Amino acid sequence: MIIAEQKPIAEIAGYIENCNKVLLVGCGGCVTVCLTGGEKETGILASALRIKRRLEGRPLETVVCVVTRQCEPEYIDALDSVVRDVDAIISLACGIGPQYLAGRYKDKYVVPAMNTRFAGGAKKHGVWEEYCGLCGDCVLSLTGGICPVIRCAKSILNGPCGGSQNGKCEIDRDVDCAWQLIHDRLKILGRLDTLKEIVPPKDWSRSRDGGPRKMVIEEVRNGSNTEEAN
Amino acid sequence: MDAANITDCQTAVVRMSSIGAGIHILREGVEPVVQMTCRDRNRIAIQSDLLGAYSLGIRNLLCLSGDHQMFGNHPTAKNVYDVDSIQLIRLVRRMKDEKLFFSGEAFNGQEPRFFVGAVANPFADPFEYRVDRLEKKINAGAEFIQTQTIYDLERFTRFMEMCVARGLHERAYILAGVTPLKSWRAARFLQTSVPGMIVPDEIVRRLKSAEDPREEGKNICLEQIRYIKEKVKGVSGFHVIAISWPEIVPDIVKGSGLYPRPVID
Ligand code: SF4
Ligand code: SF4
Repeated sequence: MIIAEQKPIAEIAGYIENCNKVLLVGCGGCVTVCLTGGEKETGILASALRIKRRLEGRPLETVVCVVTRQCEPEYIDALDSVVRDVDAIISLACGIGPQYLAGRYKDKYVVPAMNTRFAGGAKKHGVWEEYCGLCGDCVLSLTGGICPVIRCAKSILNGPCGGSQNGKCEIDRDVDCAWQLIHDRLKILGRLDTLKEIVPPKDWSRSRDGGPRKMVIEEVRNGSNTEEAN
Repeated sequence: MDAANITDCQTAVVRMSSIGAGIHILREGVEPVVQMTCRDRNRIAIQSDLLGAYSLGIRNLLCLSGDHQMFGNHPTAKNVYDVDSIQLIRLVRRMKDEKLFFSGEAFNGQEPRFFVGAVANPFADPFEYRVDRLEKKINAGAEFIQTQTIYDLERFTRFMEMCVARGLHERAYILAGVTPLKSWRAARFLQTSVPGMIVPDEIVRRLKSAEDPREEGKNICLEQIRYIKEKVKGVSGFHVIAISWPEIVPDIVKGSGLYPRPVID
């Protein structure tokens, strides 16, 4: 899932300094699971902003809504009735949410409440870690199921580099060296020979570097008559 | 000495470019080994810089990953790592041997014909993989190898035995890296703060109890060179990495019997 964390309250308050009434939109997807942008957190942020403004002598009116997912237009429709008289919309979704909201409500000032961090998973309660760099050309079959693109600080495909020591990465003694993990895993699998092959340079055009990416499933597209979101 | 390494923004601190500095020393009559890391340039910039460097007379190229930018004076920079060091070695060799750009497109003009080097760190982990990785670099086309600074002679000896057993010393020139230390603090710093380095406590202790730590540091270095020359098979030469102490190099070279240097045409 996508892991996003809330921005500092002062930063969010700064965006809406001149607004009297704002709509806060939470998301029932990833950010609910990672406990930063669901129903509870959206309510808490709204009251924190109200308190801050009341203390400053400029009360703020807030409307709170949580949609199933902000990354699907059909769920955003539900906001039509509440956006009309607000001065700004604050999205608590990942970076996709504010863009979908801005696309739909073109005359509204839409701001993010979140810093979208990474694609990852839960390590233990309250701890999430990055696992995939969304490179568009997965190499996990070569690396024992451990991603070198994002878990190696240099994204090298022929590791480990000379900074790997005692299983840790050169950048931090608390960070595992992905290539040590890969080595250990391939050893268990009896596939250490894989590491002798020189892995050629990656095709980064399938990654972020190729501009916005698109995925189409033809059968689904052809059978549908919905409009494209903007 | 025969040649001098010019680092490419080592520890990710901004310095004059290795190619620029290499040309300066070339003009002074010193043979440069220009270092090229994968940290700051994508494959387009790397090739373009290499063409420029070769056109200006640079002939030796050391390919390495580069220290992560978080160590340097621009920790908020974005790193590149479009290619890694092993891919770089192979692609630079392909430029020379097959006259092809990294993309596989053919060259029209003069192809850069670098003498291609790589680094090896016997002190990084996993130890058992270090010789494999060196072999991988040689398979990729590395013609000479410079090792990380050696203090743990026992581990280096084991590493070289494994290299010799595989005949790697016959496929590439392996240069042993040595660094004279000025003080026990410098030794302690390398021991505790530089990833991929092993400094035995004995060295720290000797420098700490020495009356003249610099003299002791020089002597330790000379002992290491002597040991490697006499006891370790497969080493073709030395790389004196005189960190912030360049003026000691002549003493090291002469003191270890490596002077005068053979003349090569
Ligand atoms: S190789 Fe690419 S797709 Fe696979 S886990 Fe890593 S970043 Fe994600
Ligand atoms: S120490 Fe390991 S994880 Fe860190 S940059 Fe080197 S190979 Fe990658």
